[in-house]
Amino acid sequence: MSDVAIIGAGPAGTRAAEVLVRAGLRPVVIDEAPDNGGRIYQRPPGGFTRSAKTLYGFEAAKARALHAAFDALRPHVDFRPDTLVWNIRPHRLFTMRAGDTGEIPFDQALLCTGAMDRVIPLPGWTLPGVTSLGGSQVALKAQGCAIGRRVAFLGTGPLLWLVAYQYAKAGAIVAAVIDTTPFATKLRATPALLRGRATFAKGLYYIAWLRAHRVPILEGATPLAIEGDGAVRALRIRTRRGEQRIACDAVALGWGLKPETQLADLADVPFAFDPAQRGFLPKRDATGATPIPGIFLAGDGAQIGGADVAELAGARSAWAILAARNLPLDHAEIARLDAALARHAAFRVALDRAFPFPASLAVAMPDETVLCRCESITAGEMRAAARADATLPAPEVNRAKALTRIGMGRCQGRLCGPPAAEILAATLACPLESVGRLRGQPPVKPIPVLSRGLEQPR
Amino acid sequence: MRLQRLAETARPAIAFTLDGQPATALAGDTLLTAILANADHVRRSEFDGGNRAGFCWMGACQDCWVNVEGAGRQRACTTYLQPDMRIVRP
Amino acid sequence: MTVHADVLIVGGGGAGCSAALHLALRGARCVLLERGLVGGQASGVNYGGVRQQGRHPAELPIARRARELWGRLPALIGTDCEFEVTGHLKLARNPAEEAELIAYRDVATAHDLPLRMIGRNAIHEAYPWLGSAVVAGSFAPDDGAANPRLLAPALARAARAAGADIRESTAATALAHDGARFTVETAGESFHAPVLLNVAGFWGGEIAAAFGEPVPVSPLSPNMLVTEPMPYVIEPNLGVVGGNVYLRQIRRGNVIFGGGRGESDPGRPAARPLPDVSLASMNLALELVPHLAGAQVIRSWTGIDGEMPDHIPVIGPSRTTPGLLHAFGFSGHGFQLAPAIGAILSELVLDGRTDVPLEPFRIDRFAA
Repeated sequence: MSDVAIIGAGPAGTRAAEVLVRAGLRPVVIDEAPDNGGRIYQRPPGGFTRSAKTLYGFEAAKARALHAAFDALRPHVDFRPDTLVWNIRPHRLFTMRAGDTGEIPFDQALLCTGAMDRVIPLPGWTLPGVTSLGGSQVALKAQGCAIGRRVAFLGTGPLLWLVAYQYAKAGAIVAAVIDTTPFATKLRATPALLRGRATFAKGLYYIAWLRAHRVPILEGATPLAIEGDGAVRALRIRTRRGEQRIACDAVALGWGLKPETQLADLADVPFAFDPAQRGFLPKRDATGATPIPGIFLAGDGAQIGGADVAELAGARSAWAILAARNLPLDHAEIARLDAALARHAAFRVALDRAFPFPASLAVAMPDETVLCRCESITAGEMRAAARADATLPAPEVNRAKALTRIGMGRCQGRLCGPPAAEILAATLACPLESVGRLRGQPPVKPIPVLSRGLEQPR
Repeated sequence: MRLQRLAETARPAIAFTLDGQPATALAGDTLLTAILANADHVRRSEFDGGNRAGFCWMGACQDCWVNVEGAGRQRACTTYLQPDMRIVRP
Repeated sequence: MTVHADVLIVGGGGAGCSAALHLALRGARCVLLERGLVGGQASGVNYGGVRQQGRHPAELPIARRARELWGRLPALIGTDCEFEVTGHLKLARNPAEEAELIAYRDVATAHDLPLRMIGRNAIHEAYPWLGSAVVAGSFAPDDGAANPRLLAPALARAARAAGADIRESTAATALAHDGARFTVETAGESFHAPVLLNVAGFWGGEIAAAFGEPVPVSPLSPNMLVTEPMPYVIEPNLGVVGGNVYLRQIRRGNVIFGGGRGESDPGRPAARPLPDVSLASMNLALELVPHLAGAQVIRSWTGIDGEMPDHIPVIGPSRTTPGLLHAFGFSGHGFQLAPAIGAILSELVLDGRTDVPLEPFRIDRFAA
């Protein structure tokens, strides 16, 4: 009987399933993708021939181990691939697969919903040829493609350097790597970063490799606009030396990651403001348990920590689920997981300091910039909703959304949410926390209008 | 085309149509890859008229929805190309 | 700190903001107290229908008056709140429903409401996108729809410009009457006035009970859904006999539809749409507009309205307390009425009377 549900078969979900299966349970494991792996260890489609080393680089062994672990689990779990969980109610998941709706009952649910890029819109960012950093990585790893002939990489964070390196290594032309974080900031963070020795070393390796291969690198630069008439032609930036144009036909941009928390929100998990994340995160304790009985969170879908942390957190949450079910616990293993998670946490703090989210860049976004790309609403329209001469100045993001339509499009605020909050808070001259967060509403992703129980009409 | 195939090019070709015109891509391509290997955009914004070519490639941004005859609305980045699919860009 | 006013208005929905506007325009000093943001509950989350057709006959005089105000909203409050006279097409899906449409024509005639019956062939010819389940319809050319999110804020702004004191994020913690005037306490201040308007939506029932006249008001959360933008084809605002589904398309292309109830938790307050209800709504919507099949629903929502057992609101003077006036419990169809409710309340306050018959809405009609 399957009464534990794991949403997300990435690193967190896979290791959680492993712990539960060893304890004799048969969890339901649900993922939107055709197979396990999540994003970083996304399995390529059939017929792809690149080696794990080529695809996953330094993480090849971990990727292979994760895939092998899930393959071993397959007979012992109820795996639901290609399946979206679009809503969650007490003890019921609501699913959609190829147009068919379904329900999965649960006693405990572990949400391992992963993350997406955090973006700062700039003029021209909706042009063909502009993707998120994560998107450019998926194009390469999962589809064997570079997003352009000459790709500029823009943003900050470890992913910026990793993807630029992966592109150059794969034979793409990297026009430039532009890190909005100054070198000095990263240098200051270096002693703390040394805690994560292997990860830090890898980061240095990517940067060194790019320099050695003469990829233009600019740090502490300010992006101004992506230029082009109907397609990307150049990225205009400003450095200490003044403005310059980087000729390119594609730009991959991103400033760290942010958790996909929509299901946690619908499960009524309370959120708390995290100043380091500059956003609201769902509340959970060190074991992954939330204040909602039966709801657990692990991995990047709860808080950005990376794949290694996700594996540990997934396993740890599974033990918390076993404890909730009064099943035997391996206290030594639990202690090992707790210690490992604590070690990683310190590195994470250092990483956030080394690659800070440039809120000032979001706040300085020109009025004409498209802030909500789904509905094509500009930053200026957001500011207008908050100014004293507005109808009634919107004091928080949900009211601003109601008045401007920002966040009402297909992505329901996934992209525009963080920069919209920054702009609103800056316009109101109030703390970021006080403008709140967009209320989650089902479905977490679009679902088709259809006759329930019938096949979609042809 | 902007999109560059750097690897995995030895896959079987798949024929499909894009806006009524014959096109080819490779087995294992998503609709997003297949479309961008043949054209420079996947849709136009209803509100600013600008061309869009997806953004996140991972089913989050919802900016790549296209129409597939007989299968309705499909998110291009998370849907795999099937032989003889008839894709119509909105 | 103590504030003295002529009128205290508890509740910042459409009714309260409209009352603040009309009172302020006539020179009355009024203070509106809203614990959240104006229009944050029923007034802001409803379907947006601006509809007279189908109303209980008692509501029609108010609806006619409101329709006149909707028509000159820009002059009154500086914006039309996206009001569009799309017409309201009320559909019958079987002979019994068609008979109800026909029966309503007498009511409509008595209230000068222009309606046009459309038979089966004609309706499918006029609206080729209608599903075959539709057998007839009644078209109200004078009705339409607006953006519910815009009305209360626009009314409040105009009220403020006219001199009303609009206080958002200000919860009334205690209400009392000492024989001569009302006192309303909030976190930081005391408000006094000889007149109190109870326009607190579902929570109007609590206020009525506090003044010794409890009424059976239930929470009502209309389950709403909206699709991605689609080519604009559906012009009229669609309803059905019995009201189990309603659907309209906005110019931007999104199709908004609803039916059934979400989950209400008025104590928090919080409300959630329900997945079973949402899926059932899809079935009903597809019966009306088959080409919606496959359209992507991108969001669902709800809020909290107040429902009376006879599905018409409580409007009128208190039976226990002089100076107390009620207007709440709009049972899922108060949006269109809102501009007129304030006008009517202002007349009751300042003139002691109004032309609109309010007998059917009396608060003591539920007494055993």
